[in-house]
Amino acid sequence: MYGFEAMTFNIHGGYLEAIVRGHRAGLLTPADYNNLCQCETLDDIKMHLSATEYGPYLQNEPSPLHTTTIVEKCTLKLVDEYKHMLCQATEPLSTFLEYITYGHMIDNVVLIVTGTLHERDVQELLEKCHPLGMFDSIATLAVAQNMRELYRLVLVDTPLAPYFSECITSEDLDDMNIEIMRNTLYKAYLEDFYKFCQKLGGATAEIMSDLLAFEADRRAVNITINSIGTELTRDDRRKLYSNFGLLYPYGHEELAVCEDIDQVRGTMEKYPPYQSIFSKLSYGESQMLDKAFYEEEVKRLCLAFEQQFHYGVFFAYMRLREQEIRNLMWISECVAQNQKSRVHDSVVFIF
Amino acid sequence: MERIEKFIDNLPSMDLMRSEKMTLVQLIIPVESAHRAISYLGELGLLQFRDLNSEKSPFQRTFVNQVKRCGEMSRKLRFFKDQISKAGLLSSVHPVVEPDLELEELEIQLAEHEHELIEMNANSEKLRQTYNELLEFKLVLQKACGFLLPSSNLAGAEERELSENVFSNDDYVETSSLLEQEMRPSDQSGLRFMSGIICKSKALRFERMLFRATRGNMLVNQAPADEEIMDPLTGEMVEKTVFVVHFSGEQARTKILKICEAFGAKCYPVPDDISKQRQITREVSSHLSDLETTLDTGIRHRNKALTSIGYHLTQWMSMVRREKAVYDTLNMLNFDVTKKCLVGEGWCPIFAKAQMQEALQRATFDSNSQVGIIFHVMDAVESPPTYFRTNHFTNAYQEIVDAYGVARYQEANPAVYTVITFPFLFAVMFGDWGHGICLLLGALVLIARESRLSTQKLGSFMEMLFGGRYVLLLMSLFSIYCGLIYNEFFSVPFHIFGGSAYKCRDATCSDAQTAGLIKFRDPYPFGVDPKWRGSRSELPFLNSLKMKMSILLGVTQMNLGIILSYFNARFFRSSLDIRYQFVPQMIFLNSLFGYLSLLIIIKWCTGSQADLYHVMIYMFLSPTNDLGDNELFWGQRALQIVLLLLALVAVPWMLFPKPFILKKLHSERFQGRTYGLLGTSEFDLDLEPDSARQHHEEFNFSEVFVHQMIHSIEFVLGAVSNTASYLRLWALSLAHSELSTVFYEKVLLLAWGYDSFIIRLIGLAVFAFATAFILLMMETLSAFLHALRLHWVEFQNKFYHGDGYKFKPFSFALITDEDD
Repeated sequence: MYGFEAMTFNIHGGYLEAIVRGHRAGLLTPADYNNLCQCETLDDIKMHLSATEYGPYLQNEPSPLHTTTIVEKCTLKLVDEYKHMLCQATEPLSTFLEYITYGHMIDNVVLIVTGTLHERDVQELLEKCHPLGMFDSIATLAVAQNMRELYRLVLVDTPLAPYFSECITSEDLDDMNIEIMRNTLYKAYLEDFYKFCQKLGGATAEIMSDLLAFEADRRAVNITINSIGTELTRDDRRKLYSNFGLLYPYGHEELAVCEDIDQVRGTMEKYPPYQSIFSKLSYGESQMLDKAFYEEEVKRLCLAFEQQFHYGVFFAYMRLREQEIRNLMWISECVAQNQKSRVHDSVVFIF
Repeated sequence: MERIEKFIDNLPSMDLMRSEKMTLVQLIIPVESAHRAISYLGELGLLQFRDLNSEKSPFQRTFVNQVKRCGEMSRKLRFFKDQISKAGLLSSVHPVVEPDLELEELEIQLAEHEHELIEMNANSEKLRQTYNELLEFKLVLQKACGFLLPSSNLAGAEERELSENVFSNDDYVETSSLLEQEMRPSDQSGLRFMSGIICKSKALRFERMLFRATRGNMLVNQAPADEEIMDPLTGEMVEKTVFVVHFSGEQARTKILKICEAFGAKCYPVPDDISKQRQITREVSSHLSDLETTLDTGIRHRNKALTSIGYHLTQWMSMVRREKAVYDTLNMLNFDVTKKCLVGEGWCPIFAKAQMQEALQRATFDSNSQVGIIFHVMDAVESPPTYFRTNHFTNAYQEIVDAYGVARYQEANPAVYTVITFPFLFAVMFGDWGHGICLLLGALVLIARESRLSTQKLGSFMEMLFGGRYVLLLMSLFSIYCGLIYNEFFSVPFHIFGGSAYKCRDATCSDAQTAGLIKFRDPYPFGVDPKWRGSRSELPFLNSLKMKMSILLGVTQMNLGIILSYFNARFFRSSLDIRYQFVPQMIFLNSLFGYLSLLIIIKWCTGSQADLYHVMIYMFLSPTNDLGDNELFWGQRALQIVLLLLALVAVPWMLFPKPFILKKLHSERFQGRTYGLLGTSEFDLDLEPDSARQHHEEFNFSEVFVHQMIHSIEFVLGAVSNTASYLRLWALSLAHSELSTVFYEKVLLLAWGYDSFIIRLIGLAVFAFATAFILLMMETLSAFLHALRLHWVEFQNKFYHGDGYKFKPFSFALITDEDD
């Protein structure tokens, strides 16, 4: 019932919404970023973070710190918060929360499969996986030789199984079709998530469809740009776009035939919400596109908190926190490598 | 008038009423004695440092390295603590008290200890791992043989029977070895096996995965391991399962190996040959026992080291905390131009100046500094912090007041009165001496255990109860007193102070409920006559009594509040507030509700039948009409008219003059400044310390006027609504007595009416629970809250600003353990 969430939402969702809003209040502030950017060593960063919500997670780390430790501990905090929320959640919020992690699951699957293809050690790969996207038999992925085996051996037990219907082939795995697999999976995942949110209805559907549409469109643009100059055919490219979003369907037709970045730009500038993103870039440039998209995403995610009684806040919070961890990683890398002038290149401020 | 002034001037100085006089001091400390000086000041705990580097982030400050080192040391200490608790040792009850070490020494010591511990942990972990592997190998050997035998004896039923028989034999290995020699497993068929061990929780999924990967072309045998194995990461005991997989083909082998790796299953080769098996088992067992002794010695050694650390741990921890606090404070100081001295500013109470100077001298002397520490008083623009010295007893009351707002610097402290009025108002609502005694017992238990409880860590609820133990004590004493006045003991009246003044009209007492009783002797000497209980007019009588009492108490307390505003104004020398705020407020309140109180008292004394509602209402509606039967004294009508006029005059009196005079004063001062008359400006500062503090602010007349208007309207409406609000004293007291009557009559007496032991017992239990939880806990809470409201709103809004900030001195005693 749209507009009447206030009557029933708090029965099950009220506590967790309060929790998630509390967590959001703990995000680093511009003043924090300002101080972090002035740090000289990683110890300074640790010292500064110890005054924030990350404090308890970093306080027991011995002194020669590494960027990976900082990132790992910060991610651990996010994971702990996520697990706590998941434990407290009831249907359909618990399913919604689980949906948030599927993206990481896809990334992890791709990471492991690619890693084994290049004969890396499985344990080493497992350490690199995002803890939110872990599932029980993830290590067994290394056994599989082709998509069919991948599906039959491992993924059939995971929530990703339904998404695989599009890409079961007996071809041996290589970089190209792994990447296609990733995008096909992601497409199926986004569409499923979108459908799920629509089914929830109300403010959740409204806000999440906006956020997911943005995500789908961003992926479409990225796929287009990354596939320019590869052997991917137009039809195949077209198949990787999700079937919703602002660009669907006509934008997709145009993107599918784009041959260089300026054509993509031309297509995107027809859509007012994306005009501002592209107007920031100079012609022929795609380096800063990621950052521009991230900034736009953060803006939209923050807006999700303006409305009450919907699940979008959970999605938004997880994404914002991930962005914050990416920022921290970038800042610590810059500090560790003495490249402080480049700090601002990739940090997306969250306000 | 002058005599009153003189009388007020000669009153004792009222130290309790005002917060301590504070002064801003500046310290100029030579670098070499800075650390010692700060730690001495921390022991003294009477100086609140101001952060002079607030624009710097924490890692840009001077002593950031020391702070980091302290952080590192406390991390090490936490590590030790963790290790000690993991090893199951208790940190020692009687910590060794040593003279304080130097920080550097401690740092070295800690680093050594940590190094040692980490090395020991690594060693024992390595040993543990080998031990685990051997143990697992042993388990696999034990179990796998059991699987391998029957599987290799596919020849016929006889052998199987035989081999089954041998299971019961102790020396079955030998017997089976005979069989084994005949029946060599045929490697030619390509049937091979792999044996290993896996966590029990993963076994099922492992089997499923094997099945899928080999498309069912394999056979898994499992058996739970007899012993649990310690997981080296978490230190928990894990149940494991031994498995043997039979399969064929090289491809399947690599797949199975990969799956084993993915599931963290360890494979151990089990030889086919039985004699070899036995030999290996023997070897493994002997190795195991060797390792076990080594491990044990290692653990003993480690425990010894940990115990010796444990002796010092508490002392070290508090020392590191202190050091960190000292450096954090040093970070608030500024370097002077020459970089040889640190400059600090802070607030301290004036009485502590001598102590501080003494401490600073000691610091100079102890650190052999050539230059002394300069300590001098500075002028401050901003308002000083508020500091009340409290003791065990008054602390809780001060907390009650501070919860509303910390007093403005040197403003009258309502906590002084709250000590008595708060428990008293509570008791008016909670008057029952039975319940009072229960509360008293609770309070006495808390107070008797004070020394023990104050060192313990309590739960949040107990903490609150313990913190308010003296409030509870006075509350219970007063509720015993009020209970005696109301004559209620669990709602039962008693003849404590002699017999009742009333008796029945005749011997049968049949018309007591209808016609009432007759009074035959002097009134009951103290409190309510017990005969009122259960009589027809009990409620009207008690209600009338309690309502009037509530109004009397309320008017008294509100008057006290207004009088306190007079003392505030006097103290801050604001004659404006006295003339245009205190006087009209006093007149307004007393001409209406003071008059009502007077009427109540007269009515009580004379026993008149006048209707006070009527009198009060018609005083406003038609003041000139004749009072008729309701006249209580001669000249009442004239008095009423005068009072009404006074009240009417008081309203514009408190509304208009003050803002206009303020405006005039402001423009005068502004002119005075243009002409540069120093004398006048100083005089003005004395006159208006409030505005002196903020004299950069523009004078905004409309704002001041609106403010004054709000104040006046609030007071005029408040006089009515606050008086009405005091009626909650009556309402809650009524509710309390009715509730306890219900529990007594409808539960206890009802149950007693039955001649059954069980029903009586149940009745008693229900009564006890209701008394304990509803009357003693819920009612106490609600009466507490209402008393709190009466103080915060009705009493304090007459005079209390509550916009100060608390004095937070740098003190070692106040550094709490933030880890717990």
